[in-house]
Amino acid sequence: MHLKYESFVREPLVNGDKSYRQITEDIISPIERKPGRMWYVGFFFSICLLMFGVFSVFWEVYWGIGVWGINRTVGWGWDITNFVWWVGIGHAGTLISAILLLFRQGWRTGVNRAAEAMTIFAVMCAGQFPIFHMGRVWDAMYVLPYPNTRGPLWPNFNSALLWDVFAISTYFTVSLLFWYSGLVPDFATIRDRAKTKLRKRLYGLASFGWTGTAKNWQRHEALSLVLAGLSTPLVLSVHTIVSFDFATSVIPGWHTTIFPPYFVAGAVFSGFAMVQTLLILIRKILHLEDYITLGHIEAMNKVIVLTGSIVGVAYLTELFMAWYSAVEYEQAAFNWRILGPYWWSYWAMMVCNVVSPQLFWFKKLRRNIPFTFIMSIVVNIGMWFERFVIIVTSLYRDYLPGSWTYYSPTWPEVGFYLGTFGLFFTCFFLFAKYFPVIAVAEIKFVLKTSGENYKKKMAVIEEKTAEDFLHEQHEHAH
Amino acid sequence: MAIKKFAVACYDDEEVLFPAVKKVRNSGYKLHDVYTPFPVHGLDQALGLKDTDLHVAGFIYGLTGTATALGFMSWIFTKDWPVNFGGKPYLSLPAFIPIVFELTVLFSAVGMVMTFCYLNQIMPGVKKHVFHPRQTDDYFVIAIELNDQVTEQEAIDFLKSTGAVETSVQVAEDSWWYGWFDKKEAYELA
Repeated sequence: MHLKYESFVREPLVNGDKSYRQITEDIISPIERKPGRMWYVGFFFSICLLMFGVFSVFWEVYWGIGVWGINRTVGWGWDITNFVWWVGIGHAGTLISAILLLFRQGWRTGVNRAAEAMTIFAVMCAGQFPIFHMGRVWDAMYVLPYPNTRGPLWPNFNSALLWDVFAISTYFTVSLLFWYSGLVPDFATIRDRAKTKLRKRLYGLASFGWTGTAKNWQRHEALSLVLAGLSTPLVLSVHTIVSFDFATSVIPGWHTTIFPPYFVAGAVFSGFAMVQTLLILIRKILHLEDYITLGHIEAMNKVIVLTGSIVGVAYLTELFMAWYSAVEYEQAAFNWRILGPYWWSYWAMMVCNVVSPQLFWFKKLRRNIPFTFIMSIVVNIGMWFERFVIIVTSLYRDYLPGSWTYYSPTWPEVGFYLGTFGLFFTCFFLFAKYFPVIAVAEIKFVLKTSGENYKKKMAVIEEKTAEDFLHEQHEHAH
Repeated sequence: MAIKKFAVACYDDEEVLFPAVKKVRNSGYKLHDVYTPFPVHGLDQALGLKDTDLHVAGFIYGLTGTATALGFMSWIFTKDWPVNFGGKPYLSLPAFIPIVFELTVLFSAVGMVMTFCYLNQIMPGVKKHVFHPRQTDDYFVIAIELNDQVTEQEAIDFLKSTGAVETSVQVAEDSWWYGWFDKKEAYELA
């Protein structure tokens, strides 16, 4: 008898009467079916957004960066705001897949695949912004240190912006490898139950010929663990380096040492919100309520209230430091943030990020799905405003009052942002159709310890006293 | 790579698999491999497999990354093209830390995944014999290599006695092949 199981205090991670076969059936069969009407509508809408984004970017590349609303004072506008926002969203995926793996959090198995996919797509979206922000995008490869005919002239390795190039590209590569190494066995599952020749062939290619021998699994486990160990400091480094883009400059409002932890907490905060938005939809559309349970949603809401509070503390610390430092430029910057022409963005940020997540202290609200869904969107709006506040309201009034300005975006900037939504959701719809959205092998691995039906079987044993149980085992042995 | 004959047993639970593995190992049959749909902890010990050294490889790749990044940036900023950034030292080591770290992680991860694929002999387009289509679903499969010393029936009876829910005799390529293998040889052996 399987005597390893989790405490009854913990909710089951898999609901319903599931067997290994049933798990495969539940998760793989949506891939084998024709997608529903909702999928086509959503996919079409995403493609339209993507096309509009492509057009907006084309417009910017053709006419030059002048078609954007940014100017000499506000050199970073929506583009860098969106870049930081998208990178931040990616962080939740790595947190779930890597950090929670190191902490042995069983509930990650239900959500890690989709969250990692979200990471990869979000980083893809993020990468577009700095590349097209360069203006002469055809020279984008100048940031790479390759032997060239210009000297060779190397990039400045002391620049935070170049660190970003390395951080984001490493982050993307490692996340992709981590994600794909987990997908290989699941692709093999799809391959082996495929009924059509084409599916067998394509998933055969994608599964790399995986058969699941004991030795392969042993190496797979070692690989996952080390990749998790690598990804954990990596994810912290990525948003730390993004925050260096600001913190290493001498702009009031940017030049602070609190930025790295504050950015990382904010990133995890917004990322979990995005995971909630996506998973609440996916579990409904693909009928995966048994695997992405209320318990999962509640666990993620707990992370949201924690990181939201850290972000709140960071906002207040910034204000305190502006006052306590007695630097009048710093004080002016924060004064204008709160009361200046951009007051609405500051207060939108405060309400969405600091005040609203506090509602998650109530268990009823943490376990309320429509409320969680709305909150997840509110948090992401708030986190977008946070980046907007940091970037635009630190720049628009610089040291020279003669160059003070007000910045608002033009349509190609907005279009570019909408286009990345198109890219993100196009990728996500394809993922939901062709990829197992839940890690099949990992769910099977936790089934006997955390499945509802297996836990129920243990209830009988739980009721016995230790002596009775020992006695019985002893009898049994004879 | 060779074509061999196997006796195959499928089990529907890992709790049946463990005693079966033990019996097969004690019986003197040549155990080809065990296939499971998910990682079964303790199976590697039960099979007497050594711990993998993949993480050591990862460490070495990581060190390579560290050395590459440090060496490359130091060479550029002190020898190849020294640039004076506001009177700061040419060898500004603290400013190198982020890129050194990123390259360490990158080399380690990429190297490990490539080593993982090499050791497991997996690659897009590579084919391996699947003894039972449910071995990646819910079956735990033991394959025994048959030779002249045992009859098929003996092996099958033995496997059935270990609690197998399904047994069969199969002729198959014992490792990977790229797209096709000699079907004639397989036919003759069968």
